[in-house]
Amino acid sequence: MEAKIRTRMGDGALVEMTPAQIRADLEAGTLTAAKRSKSAELTSAELDHHSEIFCSNSRFTGVDIGDEVVLSYDGCGSQDLGTRINDLQYYEQYLCADSLELYHHDYSYKPAKAVMAFEQDVMRQAQFVTTAPLGYGAMPDLGLYTVPDGPVPNWSQLLPLGRIAESRAAQEEAVELAADDIVYVADEMVEAGIEFIDLDTAGAAGDADFLAALKAIERIRARHPDLGIQIGMAGEFVLGMHGELEYDGVRLAGLWPLDQMKLAAKAGVTIYGPAINTNTGKSIAWNVARTLTIAKPCCEAATVPVHLNGGMGVGGVPMHVLPAGDATCRASRAAVDILRLDGL
Amino acid sequence: MQITRGMRLTEAKTYVAGKLGVSVLDLSDPTVMLDVRKELGLGGILESGEITDIDDPMGIEAKFNIAAVLDVPVNCVERFRAKAGRRRPAQI
Repeated sequence: MEAKIRTRMGDGALVEMTPAQIRADLEAGTLTAAKRSKSAELTSAELDHHSEIFCSNSRFTGVDIGDEVVLSYDGCGSQDLGTRINDLQYYEQYLCADSLELYHHDYSYKPAKAVMAFEQDVMRQAQFVTTAPLGYGAMPDLGLYTVPDGPVPNWSQLLPLGRIAESRAAQEEAVELAADDIVYVADEMVEAGIEFIDLDTAGAAGDADFLAALKAIERIRARHPDLGIQIGMAGEFVLGMHGELEYDGVRLAGLWPLDQMKLAAKAGVTIYGPAINTNTGKSIAWNVARTLTIAKPCCEAATVPVHLNGGMGVGGVPMHVLPAGDATCRASRAAVDILRLDGL
Repeated sequence: MQITRGMRLTEAKTYVAGKLGVSVLDLSDPTVMLDVRKELGLGGILESGEITDIDDPMGIEAKFNIAAVLDVPVNCVERFRAKAGRRRPAQI
């Protein structure tokens, strides 16, 4: 009788599976992803290595010595213990973060814009007492520009009414407002001494959201040639909420990580982070195989460092508010070993 | 080197190892890197009296050294230098 392996589902639940079941899930995960994203399945050797990682009952696993990658983060800390500067220090000193990110608790560029003077001063003080590269991050979060939070008509209300033209016009207007805010925040934080700016969950509101990020990045790059610019995506492909928006002649709706990366690099990022969604009804082995299949073409063709987003509900990590370390380390190790990532 | 120069990992490791005078594998060895960081004043884990003492650069002090050793512009270092250097002692 086959030994049982303790592993997890995509929602974080601990389950037992046999090695044969895990292998079957790996094969199913990569096949599903290959069909969906029109990319190649993982090779037999890659699936074998995957199996080794997942068919183990050890609490923790890690990459081989010498294969370590850079670990970057979105907002560091919970802002519940001490000051925000303490949070950054904890991440550097206790968690050995390779980069640190100061953030406003309302983690979007629109609300952050209103409190820039305070953010600048915290950033300056944080730079005195930290050594790792320290930047500032927030989300483009295009929805905040719509009524009632913003001035633009709400396209999510217009779309179900069939008012497509008005919905598109509203999104186009929001793109310009968001790009302006992101550039403004970047300018202010460069004054405060940041090493990089981070645009997190780009594309969360669809293709217009992604376009706002790309336009902002292009302008920031022109104004600050030496600034680090990091983009983290919101999902594995760009939703076509508008459907006809383009950047550099490429339609944004429906783009997968490979093409997302190309455009982000063209706009001027120094780090690109794909985000591949976790299916809570499948095992983490299935999810990780799926994640790597979708991300692999991007990593192979990358012209900028790729930091796979690995966290709650993305990158094969369970969709749980506190993802278990045994699952996270396996997803991370598989990603580094097979994709030869630049970071996570 | 990744965040500000867009270097891929292999290139970044090779660059940094070269600048620090160590092998790429040494970068993964905390035993080696503790000594390297102390010698070059690059900052690191703070533990007063055990790992670090008052002569070891930390925070922005270390970042000055990082910028020099890696030959890379560091924004906060440049701004600190500009703001702190506005007055010479004779002008105060």
